[in-house]
Amino acid sequence: MSKTKTSGGDALIQSLHKEGVELVFGYPGGAALHIYDALFNQSEVEHILVRHEQGAVHAADGYARSTGKPGVALVTSGPGATNAITGLATAFMDSTPVVVISGQVKSELIGTDSFQETDMIGVSRPIVKHSFLVQRAEDIPEIVKKAFHIATTGRPGPVVIDVPKDLTDPNHTFEFNYPNEINMRSYKPVKVGDPKQIKEAVDLILEAKKPVIYSGGGVIQDNASAELTELAKLLKFPITNTLMGLGAFPGTDPQFLGMLGMHGTYEANMVMHNTDLIIAVGARFDDRITNDPKQFALHAKKIHIDVDPASLSKIINVDVPVVGSAKECLSELIVELNKQKIDTNKLEPWLKQINEWRNEHGLNHSMLDIVPDNGKILPQQVIQSLYKETEGKAFITSDVGQHQMFAAQYYFFDKPRQWINSGGLGTMGFGLPSAMGVQFAFPKDTVACVTGEGSIQMCIQELSTCFQYGLPIKIINLNNAALGMVKQWQDMQYGGRHSASTYENSLPDFCALSESYGHVGIKVTKLNELESAMKECISLKDKLVFLDVDVDPDEHVYPMLEAGNAMDFMHLSKAKKTW
Amino acid sequence: MKRVIALLMENQPGALSRVVGLFSQRGYNIETLIVAPTSDPTLSRLTMTTNGDEKVVQQITKQLDKLIDVVTVSDLGESDFVERELMLVKFNKSTIASDEIEKFEGKVVFEDNEIINLQFVGEPDKLDKLVESLKAKEPLEIVRSGSSGISSNSKTLTI
Repeated sequence: MSKTKTSGGDALIQSLHKEGVELVFGYPGGAALHIYDALFNQSEVEHILVRHEQGAVHAADGYARSTGKPGVALVTSGPGATNAITGLATAFMDSTPVVVISGQVKSELIGTDSFQETDMIGVSRPIVKHSFLVQRAEDIPEIVKKAFHIATTGRPGPVVIDVPKDLTDPNHTFEFNYPNEINMRSYKPVKVGDPKQIKEAVDLILEAKKPVIYSGGGVIQDNASAELTELAKLLKFPITNTLMGLGAFPGTDPQFLGMLGMHGTYEANMVMHNTDLIIAVGARFDDRITNDPKQFALHAKKIHIDVDPASLSKIINVDVPVVGSAKECLSELIVELNKQKIDTNKLEPWLKQINEWRNEHGLNHSMLDIVPDNGKILPQQVIQSLYKETEGKAFITSDVGQHQMFAAQYYFFDKPRQWINSGGLGTMGFGLPSAMGVQFAFPKDTVACVTGEGSIQMCIQELSTCFQYGLPIKIINLNNAALGMVKQWQDMQYGGRHSASTYENSLPDFCALSESYGHVGIKVTKLNELESAMKECISLKDKLVFLDVDVDPDEHVYPMLEAGNAMDFMHLSKAKKTW
Repeated sequence: MKRVIALLMENQPGALSRVVGLFSQRGYNIETLIVAPTSDPTLSRLTMTTNGDEKVVQQITKQLDKLIDVVTVSDLGESDFVERELMLVKFNKSTIASDEIEKFEGKVVFEDNEIINLQFVGEPDKLDKLVESLKAKEPLEIVRSGSSGISSNSKTLTI
């Protein structure tokens, strides 16, 4: 059979199809027009037109995080490329598999400051796992193959393919051959953990009296939740998840301590401070976890399983580093532990202590029963109402700030990939476009974007995209008429001077705004209206609903670690702290 | 503490900028940097000297190894190694006598009626001292290559 000849543009789209790509989020422009024409001529890869390139990359990212499959965005050169940068940095910090294809000016114009020219490879270099500048149209299939391989293996991350316009020209055709596999001498991620290290880990585990499992986003990325849960159940060890790791272990399980770190639960942070063994899996001891690294878990031995060797002993020195995929290493660990006699009785005093901590200052899980004296709605009540109405089964995306922390604390995620937020970069504007990616991947499921009036305005233009494609996202806006987390820090550290954190009555009517985009807006101002409004919001299955809830603007997120100290230094409320 | 790191990377556009960018991005110092294609033209060998304690150097080598274009990395200081640097110095012929050139172990690589260019090869510390000594001879220009290094055992940096 003779092979048909293709242009670079067609080869690019066909290569995406070969990689199993069904959706591309993008925005056209001059340098990408040949590619867009190639998209027009086929039906295998569907293109979703966003309203801003940042939205395209976040949507691809949301798709990737919820499905585990790589997300793809397509942008044009110059401003299209630079608009994609925040999305790339977001994906990079959270290690998600995203491939961004950027149009570039014609090869002969590169370096001449031509119209809409930006050095995309240079600009994106520090925030991508890798990038390719295509130099020959014939190289496109192999580059796409490499890009997806790099984005999805090892520690995943975003990859950029920058394609000069002349290389997608329909007048230049060649024989399309898609490589079946790729072998890169300079890139061979380790999967299986070193058996010697696994043995050492087992020894430490058998000795521990006050252990904890601390797991992060790496477990979710590697689809290792089942193994993590099996390990925790086998050992009966208490377990805490990072912000990125929520859902890897069932949030409603009694063994679960809640999130740890900056706004982690009292019991999780106390456990981390007092433990004698930390088993860290797919987590990276970042500054929002450890507080002062010099005072971090001083009495603990540390086992650290991570696919990225550079994460090991980067911030905290560990006793047993294990390089490998979370799934493989956890399985190896379970196999070895099953050969041993495990005495869970010796954990009793530790588990009793944890229960005492939990009873002392644990989160109140019945916030809806509280009727505040000032008549205001507490933001935590909105999250609990959302949890109740969705039966804990919704996909929750979030933006960044107080609402994000309240969602992480009060919505219990029982499944991995259910909680989608920008943890590393902390990108306001992530919530709505990432929810679009999730809703495209799971059209029948409830997808709620928990946001605030600050964050939502950073990508609010995507309400238009949602209408074009009929995405019934539920936007839960915790409206405190202020940049809540900024204001909280100003309250706590700047003598209550609210510099540039309020809007002086300039906020739009979000319900009217949503309605003008063709959606439904519901306003809630009283606590006794909250639950019925939430019910209505969730029950409108085919509509995007913007639930705009006025919440108490003075509420702070607690617990909160006191900077520069160990993890047991926590503010527990405005009046109470642990030291 | 000074460390010499050697690596092999894909000899392709952009690879060097990823290595150099990593240093500024993560706050590491590059003291010297030298790079050239190897006998296998698809690979370049890069030698750099940097400053940092054990932990920093470990992070540097791990982060370098993580770059997709980097094939292999070695901290030469992990075993015995030889370090050499090339230095070229230009003089007005009138300021330096031939017996002095001999004393400093310089090699004449260019000479006319007015100018003389000398080549020196040695350990960087030695060249530092030499630069001090040469000052009295009023050199017109001094060019140093930066360190190159090779381990002194049977271990080689290959793929």
